[in-house]
Formats: sequence, structure tokens, C-alpha cells
Amino acid sequence: MLLVVAVLVFALLRFAPGDPAAIMAGDAATAEQIAQIRAGLGLDRPLVVQFGIWLGKVLSGDLGESFYFRIKVATLIGQRLEPTFALAALTMVIAVLVSVPLGVLAAWRHGGWLDRALMGFSVLGFSVPVFVLAYLLIWLFSLELGWLPVQGYARIADGIWNFLRHLILPATTLSVIYIALIARVTRAAVLEALGEDYIRTARAKGLPERRVLVRHALANAAVPIATVIGIGIAILIGGVVVTESVYAIPGLGRLTVDAVLARDFPTIQGVILFFSLVYVAVNLLIDLSYVFLDPRIRY
Amino acid sequence: MRRLAFAAAALAVFSLATAQDKVLRVVPHSNLNILDPIWTTQYMARNHGYMVYDTLFGTDEKNRIQPQMVASWTESPDHRLWSFTLRPGLTFHDGKPVTGEDVVASLERWGKRDAMGQKLMTFVERMDAPSANTFRIFLREACGFVLEALGKPSSNVPFIMPKRVAETPADKQIDDATGSGPYIFVKEEFKPGDRAVYVKNPKYVPRKEPPSGTAGGKHVYVDRVEWNLALRDAQAQVNALKQGEVDILEQPAFESYPPLQADKNIQVVNSNPLGFQYMCRFNHLYAPFNNQKVRQAALAAMAEEPFLRAQVGIKEFYRTCPSMFTCGTPYGSPKGSDIQSKSNMRKAQELLKSSGYDGTPVVLMKPTDLASIQKLPDVAAQLLRQAGFKVDLQAMDWNTVVTRRAKKDPPSQGGWNMFCTAWVAPDIWNPLANPAVSGLGEKSWFGWPTDAELEKLRDEFARGTDEARKKALAEAIQERAFEIGTHVPLGEYVNPLAARRNISGFVTGPGNLYWNIKKN
Repeated sequence: MLLVVAVLVFALLRFAPGDPAAIMAGDAATAEQIAQIRAGLGLDRPLVVQFGIWLGKVLSGDLGESFYFRIKVATLIGQRLEPTFALAALTMVIAVLVSVPLGVLAAWRHGGWLDRALMGFSVLGFSVPVFVLAYLLIWLFSLELGWLPVQGYARIADGIWNFLRHLILPATTLSVIYIALIARVTRAAVLEALGEDYIRTARAKGLPERRVLVRHALANAAVPIATVIGIGIAILIGGVVVTESVYAIPGLGRLTVDAVLARDFPTIQGVILFFSLVYVAVNLLIDLSYVFLDPRIRY
Repeated sequence: MRRLAFAAAALAVFSLATAQDKVLRVVPHSNLNILDPIWTTQYMARNHGYMVYDTLFGTDEKNRIQPQMVASWTESPDHRLWSFTLRPGLTFHDGKPVTGEDVVASLERWGKRDAMGQKLMTFVERMDAPSANTFRIFLREACGFVLEALGKPSSNVPFIMPKRVAETPADKQIDDATGSGPYIFVKEEFKPGDRAVYVKNPKYVPRKEPPSGTAGGKHVYVDRVEWNLALRDAQAQVNALKQGEVDILEQPAFESYPPLQADKNIQVVNSNPLGFQYMCRFNHLYAPFNNQKVRQAALAAMAEEPFLRAQVGIKEFYRTCPSMFTCGTPYGSPKGSDIQSKSNMRKAQELLKSSGYDGTPVVLMKPTDLASIQKLPDVAAQLLRQAGFKVDLQAMDWNTVVTRRAKKDPPSQGGWNMFCTAWVAPDIWNPLANPAVSGLGEKSWFGWPTDAELEKLRDEFARGTDEARKKALAEAIQERAFEIGTHVPLGEYVNPLAARRNISGFVTGPGNLYWNIKKN
């Protein structure tokens, strides 16, 4: 699969408009200077040769070197991993902590005001663009109340509170859509489980309702919930572009946008391969988690 | 235990010192991705250069060339031998003294990349460094722009590097940012797309004169300058400045000025009063703009005011300018501009009719991601249509424009007919710096006009040593450029910076210069 991604990415980039040499040369450069730079980057060689060289490096674990910064793509990715992973992790923590209880409660009170409110919130969560929500949160919590910073990222090493106060707004912004998604899936899965015979049996045995909901209904609904959380994590890693831009977080999303705008081919190729790898790894972990979540599943 | 206490105390003192450091937090106008200001003409690389490197000469606020690293110089009576002495106390960041050999190596590399440098090198017979603090330039024949070239304030600026760095082939980027300028680049803290950090160079010896443009004393009053490269969203920039999370926004979006001007904690400072000039460029290789009369018709249709109103919008930030060379500088003149400045749509329509225009559509490239110029093609398309042109307005990102404009293919096969851009004043303020008035055909800047007369006049200008004669030649060059329609100048604008009120001491220049700045 990674090989298919590699071929596709390489081909798409080479056939898309845009010449990194012309961009690097600057506004006043002549055609001759641009040609010199193109030759220096190896872009004047046949595509097959360029692909062969790149693939050879990738197979030996080398993602190549950025055209612009002339440092290893792996190093660039390494510099941007922490902000993106931290943002994705906090987002998913907020999303899971909020959405799973909400979904369970909505299923439990199916048709009631909580259920209707949750459904309404879900529609809103899916509909409001991330940047609109981001600006609203910044206006309220940063500009009006002055509680949180407008932008930027602080590393964990700079102090846990500093780290968290920079991430709360972006993570909340991003989590809204995931809260909507996971809560809906949780509601549907728990609702289905609540109609099963074993729930009736559990209630007939006189188990407390909380135990029925958590140990019996939610446990049996865990597989679809885990699946959607897993997919959410995989999408988050590569889908934080807008949030990182609005909050000026130097993560992988910004790196991707910058690399695409600048036609930094090695960086784009490297980042997309990395995203693919993360996607495959997360999906593998989800599949493995099924064994623990549902003992009936065997591989 | 006592050791531990001592270590804790030392750490506390260090932390206090770090906390008390004056840090200037800047949002630059773009991303810094290339650190070699000679290899590229990108303005961000130029601005990085001004932080790290020093120059032999500078250009002051009145556009006069003034000595900077040079203490004194002489010119032989036949104008062919120029001898320079470096001022004492110049050292690179690694502690080694700046020598004539460093200067010669730096000028040689610059002369291979920069357009004005290349022109100068056609006159240079050889350069040498007879002693540690002197260097000489021997010319084959006299030319009138030696000091203008050495003191040119915008890309590519002849920055002086150590010989070992300057010996890097001109077509390869340098790896080492050692300079002798007022700041030291902290390579370890440079995170591309995130931040670039510069610290005060404690060994820098400023000139005695007050700072003026890129000349005069480069005094540094802050300990550290941090360029925030991650903060690119226009609204987020404004919010960050309002909250005091950053100190300076180099180029706010035009629509950001009203809220910034309304904030009592923020000042709007025009540190680049000469500003920028907009232009649209014809492709002279293909129809319809391979026809001089068609280009004249377009010039007549494209009055400046509509472009400036649509793109800038704020009256006090723009001005019409009937010159291809920056207005308010020695060569700025209205000579020959009547075709555009005194024309109207009816005349444009008549000119187009008489040109034999066959309805070939004008492929006009519109960058959608560059707020500072993205409305120009819309206005151009509208005016050209009114004049009778068919226009194919194609939207794309700026970097696609940059790529596509370098292609000499026909417009129907991925080429183009017209694009619009902007230049900072010093890049176009004389006939040698301004790449748009070259008539060297395929060796010219994109658009590739061929005109022997224009080139003859530019050559004469390069050789001229008498200022009155040079001024007359610049006017003749402009007259010819309007006559053949090299491009369409679209007026000038300024894009003032915004800063917190506690920041003072801004120096005027082509880009943002960070010496003399105080943070209270």
C-alpha cells in the first residue's frame, strides 16, 4: 500500500503545475538562473530516474532532503511531531470524555430532551467550519476575557500549564466535530445494545441501571465506537491544517501546507508517506483492540 | 548541599537574566526558507541578510549612497581605479577580522548572481586586496554606478561574508550564516516555518553617524529578535498584536488597518515611505502582445487609479505615479507616460481597432493566495474587456504564476500573456535595477521584450558618470519603454508596519530593519 502511495504522490506532484526552482529563485531571477537551480535540484533528469533515486533512498530509510531548508525531511517531521501529536491527543481526550457519556445518556433517554439536544448539537458540530469556531473562541476567551493566549505553542518541557493553556482552545475547536461524530455513533451503538436480550436479563436480575449501561450496553457497543475513534485519530494527524494555521501551531499540518505551496517535493512526499504509515498503524491497532473489546473476535 | 544551593542560586540568577532580556517579537511579512541572500532575490532572505551581514555602502533616507563598512575611498581621474579602505574594528561573528580578501570574494560571488552586479562585472577588469584592510576595483572602462551597485539596498544586496563562505559556488546555497552584522543568527534555534532567532552581536562597532536608511550607526538596543514564522493568518496576527503576544507586524493586510488604528496600544508606522510599485507585464513573444499597437491599446486602457482603489483601498496609502522608476527618487519622471496617464477608454478602443487585433484571448494569470496583489488581475481583465480585448482570466496560486511566467510556451500550451506583480522601490528606481525595462529579448526578465534602442540607451546610462546626463538618459529609456510597451506601471502604495506603542526607533528602508529599535 505504501508503495502505491509513493508512486501516486510522486506522479501527482510532478504533473501538477509549479516549479520549485522558479519559486526559490525569487521575483527578479532570470530564466537562466531558474534553469541552473532546477539542474542543481536534479529536476532536469527524466522522471523515471528521479523516482528511482527517491525510492532507493526511501527503501533505505531516507526520506530525502528539503529543497528549501536543506535538512533531512525526517528531521523536519521530527520537529513538527510534538505539536501535532499533542494537539491530536488532547483533542481526542476531550472528544472521548465528552462524547461517550453524552452518547450513552442520549441512548438511555432516547427521544427525551437530552437526546434531541445532542442530535441538534451534532448537526451544529458538523456544520460550523473549524475556522469560524476558532475565531469565536479566540474572541471570547482570549480577546474579551483574556484567559488564554491567542496563538502559539509551548512545549511540554516549558511547563505543563503553559503547554496546556496554549492547547486548550485549539483542542476544543477541533474536538467539536469529533464530539458530534463519536456521540452519534455511541448513541446509535448503545441504543442497539439496549434492545438486546442480555440487557433485559440484566435488568431482570436487578442490576443497577448505571451498571447495565456501562458494563453491559457500552461494553457491547465498544467495537464501533473504537473504530470511529481510531479513524478520528488517523484523520486528525493529517487534518489539523486549518486549526494549526489559525492558532499558529508549528505542526505537521502547517508543514504540509508550506511544502505544498512551495512545491517542496521531498517534504510533501515524505510527509504523505508518514501520514500513510500512521494511518496504517492506527488501523492495525484498532483491529487488534477488537480482540480485547469483544472476546468473540479471533484472528 | 552547599553546592546544590549554589547551583540553585546560579540557576535563579540565570533565569532572572533570561527573563529580563529584551526580546523583540516580530511577525515578518513572509516565511524565511532560504538563508542565502545572494543565491535568491527573495525579500525575506534580504531581510535576514540585513540582520546578519554588513554592507560596504548603504543608502540613506534621502537615497544617497553613504559609506558603511568602508572608511574612505578614492577614484582615479579616469574613473577606472577605485580604492577602498575598511574602517577599523570590523570583525565577523567568529571573531576573525574582516579583510579586503573577504570583500573581494563576496563581491565576486554577488557579481555572478545579481543583475546590477553582473552589469558591474562587465566593466570590472579585476579586483584585489593589497593589504588586510583595503581592496581595489580596476575597471576596463569608466562606468557611473560603482557606488550605487555596492550600496544597493535591495535584492541582491552585496553583503560581505567571510572568504571561506563567499567561495561557495554562486549556484549553490551557503551553509554558514557567519557575518559581521549587528545580529548573530542562532542556527540551533532556527525551526523552518516556526521561528528564526537573532541575538545581539556584542562585538559590532556601529558607525558614529545617526542611523538613516541602510546607512549610519546600526545600534542594537534589544538582546534578541524572534521572527514568528508560524503566525500567517491575517486575523490571528492582528489578535496577537492586540494582546501583546507579538511586538511588530511587518505587513498587515490592508483590511486590518482600521481595527489596528483604533487600538490605543498600537501604532502604525510607515518605515518604507517610498513603498512599492504595482505593474502588469506583457508577454512580448506571443499574440496579442507581440504587437506594439496592441500593447499601446492596453496601456491606454489601464489607468492607475482603479487598480489602486481596488487593491489598496485606503487613500492615504497609495498614489498614482506616471513613472516606471519610483516617484520621488532621482529618476522618477512623467516623461513618455502620456499614453497611459492622459489616456482614456475611447482612445484605447480606437488604438485596439487600428492595431489589427484578431480577438486572440489574453491569458491573464491571477494569484488567489497573495492578498497584496490578487485584485490587480480582476481590474486589468475588466479594463481590457472594456477596451475590446477578449480575456481569459485564470486563477491559480502565486507559486504557479511564478512557475508559469518563466515558461516561453505559447499561451494555448501552458504559457501566458499577462501577469501582475509588485516591486519594492529600490528594485525599480533606476534603469539598471529595474528588470522590466530591459530589451535583451530572451535574456530579459519574464515577458522578454527585444529592443536594440532600449539596450543602447541602458548601456549609455551604465557608462554615464555625469548625473545630469544620466537623468536625461533615464528619461529617454522610460520614453522608449512606454513607446514599445514593456509593461504597465500601476501606481505606488505603502504598507506600513503595526507595532505596540512601547516600540520606538524605527529606521526607514526598503525592508524592515531591526537596528536602533527600542522596547520599553
